[in-house]
Amino acid sequence: MKAPGRTAARLGYDGVAVAVPVTVPYERHSTESAHWWIARALGTLLREAGLRPVDVDGFCAASFSLFPDTAVGLTQHLGLSPRWLDHIPMGGASGVVALRRAARAVQSGDADIVACVAGDTNHVDSFRRLLSSFSRFAQDASYPYGAGGPNASFALLTDAYMRAYGATREDFGKICVAQRANALAFPHALMKKPLTLDAYMAARPVADPIALFDCVMPCAGAEAFLVTRTDIARDLGLAAVRVLSTIERHNAFPDDPIQLRGGWVLDRDEMWSMAGIAPDRADFLQTYDDYPVICMMQFEDLGFCAKGEAPDFVRANTLQTHGSFPHNTSGGQLSVGQAGAAGGFLGLVEALRQLTGQALGGQVDRAEIGVVSGFGMINYDRGLCSAAAVLAGGAP
Amino acid sequence: MTRPLQKPPKKNPQIRTTAPAPPPTPRSRRAHGFSAAAAEGRFVLQHCSACGAFIYPAREACPTCLSMEIVWREAPPGGQLIAETTIRASTNTYFRERLPWRVGSVRMDCGVTIQAHVHGDVAAQARVRLIARTDASGQGVVMALPEQDSEHMADDRHLRELTCDPKFRRVLITDGRTELGQGMAKAMVDAGASIVFVGIAENWLPFEGRAGLEALAPVQMVALDVTDTVSVTELAGEIGGKVDILINTAEHARPGANLDRTGIATSRDEMETNYFGLLRLVQAFAPAMKARGADGDNRASAWVNILSVYALSNGLAFGAANASHAAALSLAQCLRAELCGSGVKVVNALVGPKDEVWRQLTPPPKVTAGQIATSVTEALRQGIEDLVVGPVAEDVIKRWKQDPSALAREMMHSRDEG
Repeated sequence: MKAPGRTAARLGYDGVAVAVPVTVPYERHSTESAHWWIARALGTLLREAGLRPVDVDGFCAASFSLFPDTAVGLTQHLGLSPRWLDHIPMGGASGVVALRRAARAVQSGDADIVACVAGDTNHVDSFRRLLSSFSRFAQDASYPYGAGGPNASFALLTDAYMRAYGATREDFGKICVAQRANALAFPHALMKKPLTLDAYMAARPVADPIALFDCVMPCAGAEAFLVTRTDIARDLGLAAVRVLSTIERHNAFPDDPIQLRGGWVLDRDEMWSMAGIAPDRADFLQTYDDYPVICMMQFEDLGFCAKGEAPDFVRANTLQTHGSFPHNTSGGQLSVGQAGAAGGFLGLVEALRQLTGQALGGQVDRAEIGVVSGFGMINYDRGLCSAAAVLAGGAP
Repeated sequence: MTRPLQKPPKKNPQIRTTAPAPPPTPRSRRAHGFSAAAAEGRFVLQHCSACGAFIYPAREACPTCLSMEIVWREAPPGGQLIAETTIRASTNTYFRERLPWRVGSVRMDCGVTIQAHVHGDVAAQARVRLIARTDASGQGVVMALPEQDSEHMADDRHLRELTCDPKFRRVLITDGRTELGQGMAKAMVDAGASIVFVGIAENWLPFEGRAGLEALAPVQMVALDVTDTVSVTELAGEIGGKVDILINTAEHARPGANLDRTGIATSRDEMETNYFGLLRLVQAFAPAMKARGADGDNRASAWVNILSVYALSNGLAFGAANASHAAALSLAQCLRAELCGSGVKVVNALVGPKDEVWRQLTPPPKVTAGQIATSVTEALRQGIEDLVVGPVAEDVIKRWKQDPSALAREMMHSRDEG
């Protein structure tokens, strides 16, 4: 039986402008609160856009360490009076999800100027506290088994992926080494020491087959961007990016015994057809990279190569900013650091810089089309949220 | 293959004693149904009565059909290890002390994926069978064992965190004057206990079975009268630091209900042994055991209470004595909460009417001392906290679980039970 609905084609994102990429430089540990980091990102965003707080009529926040507050508390805390408010609890998918919701709000006229901000602090004990209460299923059914946190969860996925598709640690290492090379040029990256494949292979094991350089470093930081109408962006003199298409999916393939694919598989054909291009037209890809195995999954599931062929794809390409397949051009979370929910904004903010010629580090040559992907929330044994967007530079 | 456990060396007092730390403890309210079954050694999963799907982790509704009719039910324990990792870094202080730690994803034949502790003898990608046990935080956890038993598998480092195997452990049996105490001593010797302390009250009075106890090499008879605070405290001062398993076999129960007695003397004697005796033992021995719950291969691991099943629902034949058993059961529940997180399990054996002289008028089936000793030994080996011994006790428990109020009403009219 055909599922009800899904007959009408989706509306495009005409008239939507995405602008003002903001990164508040990360810190390994911070004594400040998440509110502090978000406030700093929002302040920077408005200053760079030439706006006052009263001009912002839409606000979207993502954070893990805001408790007991939500986006609601932030409005009073930060002096905003938005007529459109959203809180995105989707971790690594929160950037793309924030973008697509804000875009629809702007298109429909529910809001004119939406500030999207993600930020988290990292106190010395934040990470431990977050892990022990991440989700109900994690409390009941994964954390009591070694309390390895995401390292253990992704170790299981990595083990299964290696067995299924013949990926080797060297393949994962190539991704990490390339990202470190990109990070050396990116001023905000916390990891500034060059990484060789030998050093990657020799690193301290954390949760077999995952070793130190497969893991992101938890840190404090914030990212932000602005979503508005193209005419407003033009009036403000902002270099803006267009949205060609976006997708989002949660809890795809619940019957898969273990996660070897993400929800992108269900929606990528629509994403490419809505964008009107094929994958090979993309000038760069920003994946969500909490562990390199997830980068490989995104190469496959977004359609850059067939299922199971990401190891060969990695072997056949160079992944640096000026390589044959520019990937995570700021260094990604693996080398910049994982600032909680801001990690879900990192790729999108970097894509905005690349497409507007404002790269802080290496600039991809003639970057016109960029793809950003998000992945988040190991609720129990797999990441539940997947999202992706195809973006285009150049004035609309 | 698991290497057989070696007899632990004498404790070096200059080396730090590993402090007990609880593994991750918080669980959802729903998940406690799993823990309750795990304490009995049963592997259960939620099962949807509407569509027949097994469900994991614990939910409020069936994720296949959204039915709310989901019940805990014995589940087929077979599956395959489809992914594994050895964790070498953990944020939890219990696991940090025990790294590296092997865990895996098991795809069950019944259609769910379960993350589990993995026994060392399980090969990569192998078929496994899952068991449910309580961990040191008192919460139910799953462990994947090899499909076929392997030699020395009980000695696996991960598995021993969940069990209380008497092998190489030092056991205190609180009353050796009875058939039960003697049967328990023999069972512990047979199970490989390195020392079996057997408490004897009023040592100058002869008792049947003394010669049998003296013939068992690991047995050391010690003066212990659980009704005497000084006696209990003195013994704890002597051996309290080396009791790894305590089995309280002391019991004083006489037939009769309230109206069969004049005055409270007999009832007080029952309380002195069954309730206050337990309390004295708890105050004297439990603190040291709690502190030694992570102390190496012969860490303190179990506190065993042997209680009448009529502690749950009073039976008239021993109606007055059952009140003291009910008090003791409540105290045991309190002790379980106090020892939670230490690694010491409170094992409650609920037994049916014992085959002993004071039960002359109780109709069969009755439970022998040997049956109780065997069941307790097996529960210790398996790491089971709640066990039921004998057909009568099983019958009572079954009815109690179905409807405790209905059982209490029925019990009012049954003069033989108790």
